[in-house]
Amino acid sequence: MSALRPLVLRLALVGIGTVLVQIAAVSQISLLGVSADLAPLVVMSVGLLCGSVAGAGMGFGVGLFVDTALLQTLGVSSLILLAVGYGAGRLRELRDPAHGLTPLAVGAAATALAVIGFALMQFLLGVDAPVSLLLIRDMLATVVVNGALALPVYGLVRRLLLPVLPDDPRRRRRRAYVTGGLSPISRA
Amino acid sequence: MYKQTVRRRRAVLALLVGLSLVLLTAYFGESSGGPLHALQRGAMQVLAPIQEGTGTALKPFRDFVGWFGDTLDARDERDKLREERNRLRDEAIGAQAAQRENQQLRRMLALNRTGELSDFEPVTSRVIGRSPTIWYATLTIDKGSVDGVRVNQPVVNGDGLVGKVTAVSHGAAQVTLITDHTSGVSAKVVTPLVTSSANGVTGLVQTAVGRPSDLLLDFVSRRSRLQKGDRVVTAGSRSNQLESLFPPGIPIGTVTRVDEEELSQYQRVHIRPFADLRRLEFVQVLTPGSGGGDEDRAGSP
Repeated sequence: MSALRPLVLRLALVGIGTVLVQIAAVSQISLLGVSADLAPLVVMSVGLLCGSVAGAGMGFGVGLFVDTALLQTLGVSSLILLAVGYGAGRLRELRDPAHGLTPLAVGAAATALAVIGFALMQFLLGVDAPVSLLLIRDMLATVVVNGALALPVYGLVRRLLLPVLPDDPRRRRRRAYVTGGLSPISRA
Repeated sequence: MYKQTVRRRRAVLALLVGLSLVLLTAYFGESSGGPLHALQRGAMQVLAPIQEGTGTALKPFRDFVGWFGDTLDARDERDKLREERNRLRDEAIGAQAAQRENQQLRRMLALNRTGELSDFEPVTSRVIGRSPTIWYATLTIDKGSVDGVRVNQPVVNGDGLVGKVTAVSHGAAQVTLITDHTSGVSAKVVTPLVTSSANGVTGLVQTAVGRPSDLLLDFVSRRSRLQKGDRVVTAGSRSNQLESLFPPGIPIGTVTRVDEEELSQYQRVHIRPFADLRRLEFVQVLTPGSGGGDEDRAGSP
């Protein structure tokens, strides 16, 4: 448990920093008519790096902080972002995608899940909003903008968390092949 | 070992989902004075100075990114501004004549009203946070109850109406913009042509979620001939029972399009707000002046 303490501490700092930067700066910058949403990207990155439990926990925490800081309905963002974090974590556990562009695709998918989930929750909670073309355009624009930011955000989160990530046997194995170790094929 | 891991993972997921649903249900079930709402206000109180500091520290970054967007938009903006300048030049000439006429009529009617906003004392505030989603059009400002800001007070900037205060803590407040789906403002149309039948037509300015630059003036009869370019200002009722939150005459926006639906007795008038609600840095909260009304007054939109 004490081995996980540095990781939890860094995750908390990353979460708080993300929400503060989001509210104080990123939300006030308009790209393609929308603002980027860092929360799904950071939660997705944590899921891809740390697994489903950490991803879900990070999603819940960041969502709760967002809802609290912005006086939004408590629980909505938590529910959506924990689904994002858990999904990204399960992807890592089941498929272990190693392609360099994986965060881009997963980031766009995470953002799409977040904006659609948010829309569904709002409709379920009784917000009377027409499904206009403009709304769909804004959702798509958010996915595109977030997709463009997914790789740098993932890289930054990875850099922040890498020193405290628990050692992964699969990662060690892959590293061994790259750094000159013999793969099972060449050994045969 | 594997089964234990799976069991632990599912337990954590179920716990977090359950917690979210409990929070959601409890939040909806309680009044605005409930413990969860109080917790949010407390958090806002704590976070306001941090947000302010972060906002100040990240301002160069915002400006840098904004510079690219501004450069790209500059050419379009220039052409639009040239058109607008020509139109405004024509309007200004007409307005000068109308103003002289207006002064004469006022004198004739012995109408000696002072400005509606002179009853208020504006509190200038810096915007220190804003909601990132298209579902909540809200801002956080750095002035709170200690500065005289109260719930339901109107918020303006140099261009026109911005919204109203919806939550207040000691040193910060939340402003819900007129583009929020919960917002509704009674408004009237002011046309450049004094004799136009659309002059003085009233309606309710509402918004559709996800359309920050497109407001709707609803409940306007189809008989009223509104035109592109007509101005919309707050109507502001002075009824004792249903006094409006917004004083009359605050500019809201300009008519951009009028939709007439076949089966409806009303037309849908699209309005572009005067205030650029995506780029607000400073706003003014209209607090009651020394001779103003009640601090916590509430009424119709």
